[in-house]
Amino acid sequence: MSTRTGGTPPGATRQRVALRLRVDPVACDAYGFCAELLPERITLDEWGYPIVDGTPVDPSLLALATRAAAECPRRAILLEQVRTAG
Amino acid sequence: MTAMTLDATGRLLAGPAGNGSSSDLATHLATHGPLTLPGRDHGQWRMGMLRAVTDSGLLGRGGGGFPSGAKWDAVQRTSRRPILVVNAMEGEPASAKDRVLLAYAPHLVLDGAEVAATVVGAREIAICVADHNDATAFSIEAAIAERGHLGGSRFTTTVHRPPDRYVSGEESALVSWLNDRLALPVLRVDKSVPLQVGRRPAMVHNAETLAQVALIARHGPAWFRRQGTQEAPGSTLVTVTGAVRYPGVLEVELGTPVIDILDRAGADAALSGVLVGGYGGSWLGPSHVATPFAPAALAAVGSTHGVGILIALPAGSCGIAETARIVRYMAGQSAGQCGPCVFGLPAIAEDLEQLWSGRADSSVIDRIRSRSDAVDGRGACRHPDGVVRLVRSALSVFGDDARAHAEGHPCTGHGAPTVLTLPSGPPAVRGGTATKAQRRAS
Repeated sequence: MSTRTGGTPPGATRQRVALRLRVDPVACDAYGFCAELLPERITLDEWGYPIVDGTPVDPSLLALATRAAAECPRRAILLEQVRTAG
Repeated sequence: MTAMTLDATGRLLAGPAGNGSSSDLATHLATHGPLTLPGRDHGQWRMGMLRAVTDSGLLGRGGGGFPSGAKWDAVQRTSRRPILVVNAMEGEPASAKDRVLLAYAPHLVLDGAEVAATVVGAREIAICVADHNDATAFSIEAAIAERGHLGGSRFTTTVHRPPDRYVSGEESALVSWLNDRLALPVLRVDKSVPLQVGRRPAMVHNAETLAQVALIARHGPAWFRRQGTQEAPGSTLVTVTGAVRYPGVLEVELGTPVIDILDRAGADAALSGVLVGGYGGSWLGPSHVATPFAPAALAAVGSTHGVGILIALPAGSCGIAETARIVRYMAGQSAGQCGPCVFGLPAIAEDLEQLWSGRADSSVIDRIRSRSDAVDGRGACRHPDGVVRLVRSALSVFGDDARAHAEGHPCTGHGAPTVLTLPSGPPAVRGGTATKAQRRAS
């Protein structure tokens, strides 16, 4: 996994927008596509419903996280902003 | 619940001796004194009352325990005119406190609602009473009509009747009912965004909380804090049932030892445990019955305050079997919207039933724990979380029984009458459960 080059130099402070995954449990119907696309962050419980890691998504996984959200047939995977100082 | 008795002393339940009711306005005013609200935009009064309620340290009495002053402060900052929603649903089957309060002192709740509405600038008050609970609705409607005859009110106060289901009283479900006639909890992606009825921010308060507000408005925060603890001031209503001679609703100071509250209700000397906070609450072991009835003290011994309920489990009855019955009931009360709740709660109920009847394999306790972990926090509302809390506390408080059952020894109380009362007959399940299960099957 390579880290992003460029951008903010180390030690610089600015507000940074991170993204985290969330499931809308009402919308979710256990299709399970999200866990196939992003097993690093999403596992399925014994009934097939996703358990997501809600910590900020590493930039290297953002493309897959976006795909997981976009390809959910129920639109149940949400990518939400977390504002963190850093 | 049979033969509910009422303790007609205290603050909320104060009343003329021997009569035992402050339900009419004249008696209410004679008991509590007058309460004068200011004109519509009296900013100084509003700020003073907000400060009084904040200083009183009043915590919500509906189970969440959120500071009322902070709730008001957030709502009065919103730009749109809010609506006040009074939650008198009392979805907890073991609870009777709100219906007793509304039968006994409806004007106290209405006073508090008008104070709260005035502070946050609301003109509409929507009171929600479960659809089966006609007695409470009649009591409130009579009180509203009585106030209307005496010069009218500048508030539009209406009574609403959502269906009587466990989750209907969850605040997002109430708001959903007022909007769309669907009493289903809603996923709140951002909790800092207020719930809305139409385009108005909704401030939802439990009925008892507002009755406390009516007393704070009359007597001030220092008076309020003369009872209770520093972190949980004031008195509170507690429904006490189970192995007690006088089941009913008591008004007690917060921080009163649990055993003292049970004694006032005439509890058996020997108990196997106490269920605190209702069917989404938690068990308290016999060695912890001296714990003060207040959130922090209960949390310190692994229990929860929840809504004011104490159920005494008699000696010789099986806490695992009672828990299994409650979990089966709670599984049926799911709104049926979220997979982990729809599939997880019945699975845990089945595990518990196998456990107490001695039919389970030796890994059942681990399975209950891992399924509880799998369900916790994964619904749109807190319904599954409450069930999991109850289950975990049962495995802790009745751990010896659970292990004996898991080794193939069925419950010694097998066949004994079960203690906890559950509403009879399965509830009419909303479309949700079937839909979710059907979608899975297709």
